[in-house]
Amino acid sequence: MDLKNLESLSFFYPEIILSGTILLLIVVDLLVRSQRTLATIAVIGCVGSLLATFDLYSAQQGWLFHRMIVLDNFSLFFKVFALVAAILTVWMSLGSNEIRQVHQGEYYTLLLTCALGIFFMASSSNLLTAYLSLELVSLTSYVLTGFLPHNRRSSEAALKYLIYGGVASGTMIYGMSWIFGMTGSLDYAAIQSALAQQQVSKVTLFMAFIFILAGFGYKMVFVPFHMWSPDVYEGAPTPFTAFLSVASNAAGAAIMIRFFFPGVSRMVAGGDWAFVSGVEWPQVLLFVSMITMTVGNLCALNQRNLKRMLAYSGIAHAGYMLMGLAVLNNDGLQAVLFYVVVYLIMNLGAFLVVVMIANATGNEEIESYRGLAWRGAVLPAACLAVFLFSLTGLPPFAGFIGKFLLFAVVINQGGTFVILAVVAILNSVISLYYYAKIVKTMFLDTPDPGDKSLTIAANNFTLLIPLTALTIVLGVYFSPLVYYTSQSLRFFMK
Amino acid sequence: MEHVLTYMTFIPVAGMVVVLLLPSKGPNLIRWVSAAFTVPPLLMACWLLANFDPAKPGLQFVERAPWIPAYNIQYLVGVDGLSISMVLLTALLCFLCIFASWGIDKGVKGYFALFLLLDAGMMGVFVALDFSSFCLLGSDAPSHVLSHWHLGRATTGVCRHQVFLYTLFGSGLMLLAILALYFTSEPHTFDMTVLMSQANKFGTQTLPIWPFNQWGWGFQHVVWMALFIGFAIKIPAFPFHTWLPDAHVEAPTAVSVILAGILLKMGTYGILRINFPMLPVATADLAFWFLGALGAWNIIYGALCAMAQKDLKKLVAYSSVSHMGYVMLGMASFTTQGINGAVLQMFNHGTITGMLFLLVGVIYDRAHHRDIDGFGGLAAIMPIYTGVTALAFFASMGLPGLSGFISEVLVLLGSWQKFPVLAIIGASGVILTAGYLLWTIQRVYLGPLNEKYKSLPEINGREMFTLVPLGAIVILVGVYPNVVLDLLRASLDQINQIVLPHLHG
Repeated sequence: MDLKNLESLSFFYPEIILSGTILLLIVVDLLVRSQRTLATIAVIGCVGSLLATFDLYSAQQGWLFHRMIVLDNFSLFFKVFALVAAILTVWMSLGSNEIRQVHQGEYYTLLLTCALGIFFMASSSNLLTAYLSLELVSLTSYVLTGFLPHNRRSSEAALKYLIYGGVASGTMIYGMSWIFGMTGSLDYAAIQSALAQQQVSKVTLFMAFIFILAGFGYKMVFVPFHMWSPDVYEGAPTPFTAFLSVASNAAGAAIMIRFFFPGVSRMVAGGDWAFVSGVEWPQVLLFVSMITMTVGNLCALNQRNLKRMLAYSGIAHAGYMLMGLAVLNNDGLQAVLFYVVVYLIMNLGAFLVVVMIANATGNEEIESYRGLAWRGAVLPAACLAVFLFSLTGLPPFAGFIGKFLLFAVVINQGGTFVILAVVAILNSVISLYYYAKIVKTMFLDTPDPGDKSLTIAANNFTLLIPLTALTIVLGVYFSPLVYYTSQSLRFFMK
Repeated sequence: MEHVLTYMTFIPVAGMVVVLLLPSKGPNLIRWVSAAFTVPPLLMACWLLANFDPAKPGLQFVERAPWIPAYNIQYLVGVDGLSISMVLLTALLCFLCIFASWGIDKGVKGYFALFLLLDAGMMGVFVALDFSSFCLLGSDAPSHVLSHWHLGRATTGVCRHQVFLYTLFGSGLMLLAILALYFTSEPHTFDMTVLMSQANKFGTQTLPIWPFNQWGWGFQHVVWMALFIGFAIKIPAFPFHTWLPDAHVEAPTAVSVILAGILLKMGTYGILRINFPMLPVATADLAFWFLGALGAWNIIYGALCAMAQKDLKKLVAYSSVSHMGYVMLGMASFTTQGINGAVLQMFNHGTITGMLFLLVGVIYDRAHHRDIDGFGGLAAIMPIYTGVTALAFFASMGLPGLSGFISEVLVLLGSWQKFPVLAIIGASGVILTAGYLLWTIQRVYLGPLNEKYKSLPEINGREMFTLVPLGAIVILVGVYPNVVLDLLRASLDQINQIVLPHLHG
């Protein structure tokens, strides 16, 4: 299916509904300045878009808008993901004191625009749309990061993010221009067939891929493109940090999978992908993966601020996900998709607790978590313990299954990948240290006499309990999610 | 009673949920409810014992259900002679330890909830046969938190995490090894019974970029070592034992009992359950050094360390290191006596060390310190307590008529046939054990009474209640060891027969 502009519109309902919601939010914001109304509209819009997305599962797959974007199960998976993340974030924002200080209308507008950008990142089948969608996500993220008024950290983070993002996407578009020069096309399918037929210089191609990786890597947050993340995590309003931590990661993975797998690789029998011959791509990813998880975990060890620690742990998790990409097969991709979902649940959960505690204490320093369980916050503390143990990868939590699947594909690959598996295990041990330290701080340390008893607003529990339950349930019974992710690995290719 | 093993595993989980729902204001209610939830598993364990057919070598009471079909993971539980002794021990010690935890007065609800979770996790390790090694890791988290259940104590920094980090590292290596077995088996499976039948397939695998393939040291040996390191941390075998004394010093009495009585057994249980039948060639090649010689070293090293301790609890902890050495030594001999003695020693160590830690807890609750040189002449004011302690100490040093004697003699008999030198080293450990235990008795219980402790109250009814069943078992097994040995024999012979053909010379 290869549709022209107008025909494409009937397969474009999720995006249309979401864009309509964004416009509606701007108008409503002028009339009523109530957070509750705006959030309700945002959630309703997202749910509508979600329903439309599910409806598209039965539609025929194919290219839309003159092969600019592609409609297949893979892009639908990330649309659902972005919408769920957006809904949860809006919900979380409702209960956050930080968000009450900012301009509500703009906040929700930009948040949904960011989600819309992720839609396009996952479904782009042309370097042009890939670049534009990445910029759409980046630009909204810059603004949202600096959204706290009169907060130096927030402004500083936004500026750093802007400069870093500008350099990274500049590098990426430079690499894209090399690809265009070598193949004469921006269209993924055309690039693939050109690379298969023509003799292109492998070194040049390799360099072009590395440049492009800079842009994707900055979204997915892996070393050495990670420097922005700790400052941004710390400075941005916490609900948006939560969204960024999962959505940026997932969107980076999505655009990377889209470009490097159906984009330039060929699918061969048995779910394996053959990369452009002559380019040692798995070794690059393997190396980057090892470095990323090690740097992330080592830097996380000595953090005093919980948001900053979660930023470094997020880098480490990007490293784990890269393991699934490095093996170049469908099992690996499935493990990544599974991990992305699990990471969404446990990381958003952890940030939700951060929001709840920050509402009560006014900061995110780990010190302020001392003896939390004995200061009237047993339930949030217990839930945070569940999320942190899940992030470590301890059974019976969902994080264990996610890591288990990643380890499984790496071990199955054998050879040098066994080294990667051992490094990853060592990293899990390192990560246990700093995650368990927080659990210890909350449960085993005695509160100082000066530490006040906390009153936790009950409204956040409506989100916290389901997330905790999901973390446990997915650790015990994960068949449905395995099925869903395996179904989501259907790419539309010529 | 078709699903008896499932009930035994999940009743404590139900208990945890109930405990969490109780109001935290009434600690006594929480204690009694927790105790109530450990009774059914104990009764079921007795029922299991009555209905278990010791003549059959294979698995019994098997339950099987598909769980995650996409990865061929199933819910599979069952017991054979090897695991039933451990299941009995777990059910009994968990029941008794609830009463030994009566004195916990801070965070009662969390403590008992986690304790029940730990109970379920341990039971799960011993009955599960598919994907089960991961329960090992699962049971670590609650035991780690429980072992630090002293609110308001000064923290000692890194060392508090040491055991947790250690075991996660070991479990991680095990996870990789099990994945390697999973992908080598055809069709891919975690089912231990199927994996066992594919032992030949694992034996012929070679590794890429591995220089020792040509010597016949391939896939099988690497996987064996990965599993062994994971288990050796649990046992704990030298040089992975360093976490043990620290963990015991921090832990409350009941958690020490569980730690020494059950969690340590997971190491040797895992080696017998996974390494022996699934990787027989590597077991035959590596057992002498990594089980036999290391075991003998453990016996001597643990005993010498115990002798140097000033803290009563650390002494008992190091004596565990020493006694687990007998288990390793017996396993390595591949003789009927040796291997039966090893598993009997696992069982006996569970009961005897359980008693020892409970007894240390009794004196610590009264004097609030455990300094061996800080007491003296306690026999004069606490005669009953001293008597029970003497029983436990004598059992631990292997006095004839008590259970420790039987298992140690069997181990030494078995290993004498294969490696007399190691047997002699092991036997000399008995002398060292007698040395430190008698010396301790002399310093703590005999001699002139320390005036400071003139008014220490005698052991009370609750404490006796936790000790009497264990003491009875110690005497019963010492007089008539066949109660346990009959259960083990058939299954252990079967495991032994898998390895024997691969032994050289």
